[in-house]
Amino acid sequence: MLEVEGLTTQYGAVRAVDGVSLEVPEGSVTAVLGANGAGKTSLLRTITGLVPAQAGRVVFAGEDITRLAVEEIVRRGVAHVPEGRGVIAELTVAENLKLGGLWRGRGAAPAEEIYELFPRLDERRRQPASRLSGGERQMLSIGRALMGRPRVLLLDEPSLGLAPVIVAQIMGMIRTLADTLGLAVLLVEQNARSALSIANRGIVLNLGRVVADQEPHELAADERLRHAYLGF
Amino acid sequence: MTKFIDLTLSGISTGAVYAAVALALVLIWRATRIVNFAQGAMLMITTFIASAVISSTGSYWLGFAVALVSGLVFGAVVERVLIRPVEGAPPLNAVILTLGLYTLLVAIAGMIWGSTPRSFPAAFSLRGYDVGGTRLLFTPNDTFTVLVVIAVAVVLALLFRATSLGLQMRAAAFAPEVARLLGVRVGRMFTLGWALAAVAGALAGVLVAPAVFLGPNSFDPILISGFVAAVLGGLDSPPGAVLGGLLLGVALSYVSGYEGSSLVPLAALVILVVVLMVRPSGLFSATEERRV
Amino acid sequence: MSAVVRAREVLARRMILRSVAWVLLAAIVLAILSEVAGAYQDLQLATGAYYFAVLAGLTVLAGQSGQISLGQGALMAVGAYTFALLVGNEGWALVPAIVAAVVVTAVVGIPVGAAASRLRGPYLAGVTLAFAVGLPALADKFPGTFGGENGLSINPPVPPSFLGSSFPLERWEAWIALAGALVVLFALLNLTSSGVGRALRAVRDDEIAASLCGLRVGRTHTLAFVVSAGCAGLAGALLAVVLQLAEPGAFPLQLSLSLLTGVVLGGLGSLVGAIWGAALLTLLPNWANDLANSFSLSTKVSENLPLAIYGIVLIGAMILWPSGIQGGVRALIRRARGPS
Repeated sequence: MLEVEGLTTQYGAVRAVDGVSLEVPEGSVTAVLGANGAGKTSLLRTITGLVPAQAGRVVFAGEDITRLAVEEIVRRGVAHVPEGRGVIAELTVAENLKLGGLWRGRGAAPAEEIYELFPRLDERRRQPASRLSGGERQMLSIGRALMGRPRVLLLDEPSLGLAPVIVAQIMGMIRTLADTLGLAVLLVEQNARSALSIANRGIVLNLGRVVADQEPHELAADERLRHAYLGF
Repeated sequence: MTKFIDLTLSGISTGAVYAAVALALVLIWRATRIVNFAQGAMLMITTFIASAVISSTGSYWLGFAVALVSGLVFGAVVERVLIRPVEGAPPLNAVILTLGLYTLLVAIAGMIWGSTPRSFPAAFSLRGYDVGGTRLLFTPNDTFTVLVVIAVAVVLALLFRATSLGLQMRAAAFAPEVARLLGVRVGRMFTLGWALAAVAGALAGVLVAPAVFLGPNSFDPILISGFVAAVLGGLDSPPGAVLGGLLLGVALSYVSGYEGSSLVPLAALVILVVVLMVRPSGLFSATEERRV
Repeated sequence: MSAVVRAREVLARRMILRSVAWVLLAAIVLAILSEVAGAYQDLQLATGAYYFAVLAGLTVLAGQSGQISLGQGALMAVGAYTFALLVGNEGWALVPAIVAAVVVTAVVGIPVGAAASRLRGPYLAGVTLAFAVGLPALADKFPGTFGGENGLSINPPVPPSFLGSSFPLERWEAWIALAGALVVLFALLNLTSSGVGRALRAVRDDEIAASLCGLRVGRTHTLAFVVSAGCAGLAGALLAVVLQLAEPGAFPLQLSLSLLTGVVLGGLGSLVGAIWGAALLTLLPNWANDLANSFSLSTKVSENLPLAIYGIVLIGAMILWPSGIQGGVRALIRRARGPS
């Protein structure tokens, strides 16, 4: 579904993303792991077009989307839940959700579907998003992305700042979405353990380069790798 | 006592004009975080265009409509061509650029139409209402001014609150990067914001032109008062712009009536400084205090 | 330490000597120029001189301190009127009146600067803009003192007798103005290389870091404003000398905008740039007139041509050289808004 080939992004002299290649198949979760500053967020931002790539390609459903504008990439079905959730605090929950589906027009998911998935959001429909807790904001952010019925879901550190119980819930939800909706999920996480628990594939970045691309159980078994890059 | 009523009412009428300019400034600020110092000059140009249409066709309402439409186009073009390059740059770049645009537009107006102010017709009668034997200074034209500005403010509010387009514009204004990630064509929303703002400005121009006469520099005080009104109400707040405009109009009307019209610009300056020192985010702004 | 580095250090410490050298050199060159030039060019030299005075002050404010001011025109009016009142009504001599004009304008600059020091970007521009439009209106309010629309006229300055009875008035006026400009040059050269100058630049580049180092940010900004106000006051007094008149019409909003253009184009931050800016502001109206005459353009067009060019310059500079201007202005980037 989503293929990245030799992608390189540079900020001045620094190569944040250095020749990264990976694949995200439908109905699966691919975890991108690594320490702070390893290039994980830059990778997502380059895929979505927020940052221009210096080299390499991004191919989605057979189409080269590398040079497209952000809005155009999103309108092809690539949803990006940014770091920090990106919830628009001045708008209500309902308005945030509606916004997510506007570009789809008639094909957007009805808000009720999202409220069924996330009952906590249903209770707070009319409230400004600023009043939500961290976990609720994460749900809102994911729900908003789902409104557009995307085929690819990019998630940037969804567990950040959340209590372990909530993290487990969110991770479980992501797995379910991948399975039931057939989404191709690219999950960037610092919390390697919880990410690997739901992933089909684990990719480890260091200084912008891929240093491992394996199945989760292989990664977990490799002690040197775990200690060096994953923190456990 | 009659003087006080006269001053209050005429203050409401000029206040409506300030409100329209403030609304234009607030719309642009909210959309692109830029204060459009060229707003006064832009509405001056659209008013000149209206004047030309009225002179050649004899129809006030046609001129009025042309002013609004040309404002729409003008605002869109200015944003797309001139402002887009400085939208991500430090704020001072946009300040200098809009000041440059102001200078250029005033010069062009001087070249085409000369610097002698000319008269501009009013929409309705300029004869004050007769209330129980006393003739007020408030005229049917003033009623029209106040009503039409309020109507435009309401229409804009409805647009923003109740339509999908308005939702996209608000999202683009509050969080442009996130909005892009949701498929919102943020660039188009900015252009639309400037276009609508220019319409509000064009409206202010034709409403106030009968009183200030039409010349390249006639609207400079209006821009400044519009800016003060916008700051007074809070640069982030469209309803604040309207209320700020009305308040300022009345306040300056009292200054003009009791102290003389030459002190009005100075009074506006004093009010501006006081607001910025005491409550920089404006009287009606809901957002938290920001360092100005 | 290498000899070159040592020599540079020594020279830097001798900034006062260096600036004296530059100023003397400039004085000699200008004196020769003014001898060779005719009356009209002498007037142009004088005009360029007072433009330089105000632009140099604005350069310090904008380039060194990162603040913008649209009120320099109004401050020039303060200097001009102060000078005209003292010389005309009170019979003061030339130099004391000029000094008084500088002091008065600098004092006016204190509250304006204090208010301005707390404002940034568009708010600062808006306040100084309102100041530029509001202050001259005082002349209308008190027509008795300030002469209303016609302003205050003063007698032309008389060249001292030791220069000879045939010493042309225009050259004398040019000398006065150029002397003023050289004083400004000397003062600002030393200011910008001194501890105060470093403080200004530190505050411009990073307010938070500067205050953590113990610099009083607000006071530094206010100081920059007061310095620029003093320069504007001097320029205004010199303008009154050259025009023999202080009237509201000489200080419209356009003046402040043309000054802004002079600073932007000359290169914000360098005093040399102020020279270029002053040259532009002096020569452009004449050039525009000549252009209009050779193409038989109407007066409407030729009158407004300089303004149009200023506008195009300001717009073009912002679009085409944004990083250059940014480097020059070092706009203080305030946290405007976060993404969520």
